Amino acid sequence: MSRSITVLAALGAAALAAALGFLPSTGAEVIDTALRALGVALLLYVLLFIIAAVSERGMTQRRAESVIGWVFAFPYLLHLILFQAGAILFSFYLSLFSSDLLQRHEFIDIDNYRYLFQDEPLFWIAVKNTLIYTLISVPLATVIALSIAVLLNQNIKFQGVFRTLFYMPALVTGVAVAIVWIMVLHPEFGISAIAFEFFGLKSPRWFWSEDWALPGLAMIALWGAGTNMLLYLAGLQSIPSQVQEAARIDGASAWQVFFRVTLPLLTPTVFFNVVLNMIGSFQVFTQAFVLTQGGPNNATLTMVLLIYRKAFQNFSFGYASAIAWVLFVVILIMTFIVFRSSNRWVYYEGGLRR
Amino acid sequence: MSTVALARPRPLSRERVVRGLWRTVLYVGIVAGTILFTFPFLWMIKSSVSPPAEVLLNPPRLLPSAIVWENYYLPFERQPFATFYVNTAFVTITGMMGVILSSSVVAFALARMRWPGRDKFFFVMISTLMLPAHVTLIPTYVGFAKGPELVGLTGQGGWLNTFIPLLAPEWTGSPFIIFLMRQYMMTIPLEMDDAARIDGCGWFQLFWRIIMPLSAPVMGVAAIYSFQYHWNAFERPLIYLNRIDLFTVPLGMAMLNGRYGTDFGGLMAMSTISLIPVMIVFFLAQRYFIQGVVVSGVKG
Repeated sequence: MSRSITVLAALGAAALAAALGFLPSTGAEVIDTALRALGVALLLYVLLFIIAAVSERGMTQRRAESVIGWVFAFPYLLHLILFQAGAILFSFYLSLFSSDLLQRHEFIDIDNYRYLFQDEPLFWIAVKNTLIYTLISVPLATVIALSIAVLLNQNIKFQGVFRTLFYMPALVTGVAVAIVWIMVLHPEFGISAIAFEFFGLKSPRWFWSEDWALPGLAMIALWGAGTNMLLYLAGLQSIPSQVQEAARIDGASAWQVFFRVTLPLLTPTVFFNVVLNMIGSFQVFTQAFVLTQGGPNNATLTMVLLIYRKAFQNFSFGYASAIAWVLFVVILIMTFIVFRSSNRWVYYEGGLRR
Repeated sequence: MSTVALARPRPLSRERVVRGLWRTVLYVGIVAGTILFTFPFLWMIKSSVSPPAEVLLNPPRLLPSAIVWENYYLPFERQPFATFYVNTAFVTITGMMGVILSSSVVAFALARMRWPGRDKFFFVMISTLMLPAHVTLIPTYVGFAKGPELVGLTGQGGWLNTFIPLLAPEWTGSPFIIFLMRQYMMTIPLEMDDAARIDGCGWFQLFWRIIMPLSAPVMGVAAIYSFQYHWNAFERPLIYLNRIDLFTVPLGMAMLNGRYGTDFGGLMAMSTISLIPVMIVFFLAQRYFIQGVVVSGVKG
């Protein structure tokens, strides 16, 4: 371990040195600013540790522990206040204004929301697209990632190699993925066209047709199933094998063991993945932005893409915040539904059903 | 040893046939899946070294007729891709260092110390995992654009077109990484702390000298996640960086896919290059990666 940390650190230092040494003159002053900011951040951390050391000297042990606990937790407290709690409240405040952040900034009550629900032609399209995308991608991702994890959890040769190969696509995300898939799925020039022809079928026009663009995006997302797969593998390995062996001895078939024993014990992991995937799929952006820009004819316009357009292309920050709040509420409701349904299908060990 | 020599092929029982069939199905399934998952990579590499005329060909060619390298140097000549790589490396490395330092301190406090309000603090943090990033996107943007100006740190424009908006959230800890680290640190026996405390170790020393080294696997996991995140980050750089000399690689690639047509060969070459650092980091840390994920075992 220490060696790979050293290697990583060396690589990091080298890249940093390269960044500073060969920096093209224009970007230099920006990195300079960033470095100064990082210097300040590091100083703050040193300060935190000094406060910890000082309070340890001057206080009783119990008291020192409570003070230092808060001191150590302080960075995230800052994060919570600045980038999470404060940001949410500010977002709601903004959503009641008509604002471009420069000249225009007037209070318009709930007009943004009213306009959104009644007059905005794109809003319901975006909601529909986002829901369809979620309904396609979440179940598929769950089934596929789980199946791969189960296959790879068997006693097979080259386990590590296969795991790495399946996980690899999850390492590339965003723009590179989108562009690779244009090449693969192109109805005339893509490799998938050959495959379709081989089976005597005509390739769908994917991102160039209104019907197939959204399923195409969902399919691409499946390529990154590696992250889920890894979590399922971890979950599978934490199930004690005695339980499965006991079921085998009692005469259960392999299928029965999987569906009656393994799967129920794995439901907490499934639950965790489903919730995270759902939240992620409600926020799909990069692929839609790079591949289709929301087209053709708004067939892939997702809610976040709409937020982006309104805020950073039309400069209607108040209106965009209103859409973001609606998205927030939709995600809250969906998460709540999944959580409520979880007592029916998620099994927690110790017989405790929550 | 002798048993090996004596072993003879047993007659085929029904069970053995079923087992053999199952294993065949298993391997066929795994290999087919692997091909599906790795094929786009191979196609990407193939396209990056194909002559330009063959990148888009109807019907497509499986193998290029000749190998050309122009896609690998032309983008560097036409666009400041070297700058893009330097920028991305800077943001990735400083962001990764920041998230590991900040998250591990907080995770240590959550996993190894008793302080009033700790459990509530943890609960609030976990709940924020559900928070969609886009609710906070606009207010954070406004904050970085206006905030520094209001307190007199900068002129108009605030910290737009600097890397600070990309780094500040990392240097204050990421809830997901803190959660991961805390779960791992919980598995280290508490006797370790007691022994160290009795030997006169302060809290900071306990954190830095004992718990950090013991948490190496989960640090590997955090390093990979955060490296991958920053290296591929698209949306936040897109919003905060508008000057071309500040662009990161994903922004540069999106530019190649611009309104004046798409340079597929160049894009494939840049994607291939941008994949290499992620691969290196993954291979260096993968042993700890899987171990770390298993031990910190995310349970719902």
